[in-house]
Amino acid sequence: MATMTETKAPAPARRAQSGTAAVGARRFVFHLLLTIAAMIMIYPLLWMLSASFKPIDEIFSDPGLIPSSFQWSNYTEGWTTLPHPFHKYIFNSMILVAGSIVGNLVSCSMAAYAFARLRFPGRGAFFAIMLGTIMLPIHVVIIPQYILFNNLGWVDTFWPLIVPKLLATDAFFIFLMVQFIRGLPRELDEAASIDGCGYWGTYLRIIMPLCMPALATTAIFTFIWTWNDFYSQLIYLRDVDLQTVPLALRLFMDSTGQTSWGALFAMSIVALGPIFGFFLVGQRYLVRGIATTGIK
Amino acid sequence: MTDNDVAVVRTKPRSSGAPPEPAADAPAPKPERAKRGIGTTIRSRERWAALSFMSPWFLGLLAITVGPMVASFYLSFTDYSLGVGEWIGTENYERMLDDPRLAQSVKVTAIYTFVSVPLQLAAALGLALLLDRGLRGMSFYRSVFYLPSLLGASVAIAIMWRQVFGSEGLVNQVLALFGIQGQGWVSHPDYALGTLIILNVWTFGSPMIIFLAGLRQIPAMYYEAAKVDGAGVIRRFVNVTLPLLTPIIFFNLVLQIINSFQSFTQAFIVSSGKGGPADSTLFLTLYLYDQGFTKFNMGYASAIAWLLLAIIAIFTALNFLMSKFWVFYGDND
Repeated sequence: MATMTETKAPAPARRAQSGTAAVGARRFVFHLLLTIAAMIMIYPLLWMLSASFKPIDEIFSDPGLIPSSFQWSNYTEGWTTLPHPFHKYIFNSMILVAGSIVGNLVSCSMAAYAFARLRFPGRGAFFAIMLGTIMLPIHVVIIPQYILFNNLGWVDTFWPLIVPKLLATDAFFIFLMVQFIRGLPRELDEAASIDGCGYWGTYLRIIMPLCMPALATTAIFTFIWTWNDFYSQLIYLRDVDLQTVPLALRLFMDSTGQTSWGALFAMSIVALGPIFGFFLVGQRYLVRGIATTGIK
Repeated sequence: MTDNDVAVVRTKPRSSGAPPEPAADAPAPKPERAKRGIGTTIRSRERWAALSFMSPWFLGLLAITVGPMVASFYLSFTDYSLGVGEWIGTENYERMLDDPRLAQSVKVTAIYTFVSVPLQLAAALGLALLLDRGLRGMSFYRSVFYLPSLLGASVAIAIMWRQVFGSEGLVNQVLALFGIQGQGWVSHPDYALGTLIILNVWTFGSPMIIFLAGLRQIPAMYYEAAKVDGAGVIRRFVNVTLPLLTPIIFFNLVLQIINSFQSFTQAFIVSSGKGGPADSTLFLTLYLYDQGFTKFNMGYASAIAWLLLAIIAIFTALNFLMSKFWVFYGDND
């Protein structure tokens, strides 16, 4: 190592003497390429944002980002054009999101604590089964689930979307938390046990407070996925009073023609807003969550 | 809390109180049994605790996952629909063989997966390599490239896509600037699937983050050693980066193939739930939804679900088998 760093050290210095301009130019080209790529990636989003303020004819003729005039009417029209005002759909989505977050945080952390810290017969096998369920397509179980919830009279209620979260069916969060808890020193558990803490005490007072980053990752991902989720909401929520933001957007799109694209874009922007907000606030947790478990 | 208290308190008399006892000859085997008894109570207490912590998951596994899975398998041999159904043997599976829409949906799903996943991973790897150089502003670029993969699954983005690739959409507006007359990409059977493939490639951000994490694991001394040996940028990439990154590539490949076989929302929104035009975006999941929840042929839909599971399982298994030939897990560790 030492010799390597020694031989390496003079090289940049030499290059810097002979070609600072060349290096600078290369770096400039590099940044230019990245900026162009980033711009192409993000352009449709920026364009939709600007289109949500544009008069309708401009949406279909102007690929630029600056509207000739700002039309707030797209937002006011979009907000009121569906059977319910749009905040009703936002409210419904929020109920689902809140229930899902609470469910995932409680049930997944409990299972994760047991997997990571407690010895019980069949732990290895159950852990393997748990990992297997991460990969199980929802499509394989959705029909019997629908029949089950239909028999319980739960179709057209929020229960089919919240109860599974209370039962730790989002197994990737269990996996995420198991990985995290395994990284915590066991001495803490032992110290707590000597001080008279039982398993529930250790879980509540030692493990959970230290798990905050993993819990934050879980909460943020649950928010984004529940907010975005379309498939299960489409199946379970047919009652117009219970419809959520994605269902409202779909209804909007199918029930209106060319003339309402401005309003439709405006509501799409409203729908994307919270995700973008969480992305700005919780990026650190998102990136860490993906890097450790590879989830979307 | 108090449970463990008791355990600790009870152990004490045993260790301190046991030695004097052998003075009497009758109760000699007693401490032995007591010791074993306490050992098992601690262990069984741990088991009971585990059971209570695991109980929501156990219940979920039975009621939400395994139970429905078994039921779905059973249903696939019935003609179940809206509360009534009879055992019809393998009829659903035979019916699949001459169902042209099913064949079409398998084809569409396969094309979508096997075109979009390699492109997506190539984009993810390429940008991860560019971003791994520790340049200033790199976290900004990372955020910009990552954002679409967070939003990509939403209905709002699918609506945007429908407009962007529509006949008067953004793409055609830009093409018009160059004097090219575009067409309605989402409404043309030859191009509609292509727009969905582009949408999937657009969400390369999350595999990119995984690649970045993997690149950071490669020890810098390997590169230094290669540099000393006179390896250029390309040789270093082919002989150092790529082999050490193969486990990550493999991981992303498995994950993205599984994910894209299950895509639903974008195709559903872009085609207004019909998989059109001319069934060109009829994903297997869309056909399943159509059979199960529009026509309520839930027996047949269950058979389609098992076909989907079988396809995913086969390709995942193939992936694992083939990984022996190209995934490099290092020889020292």
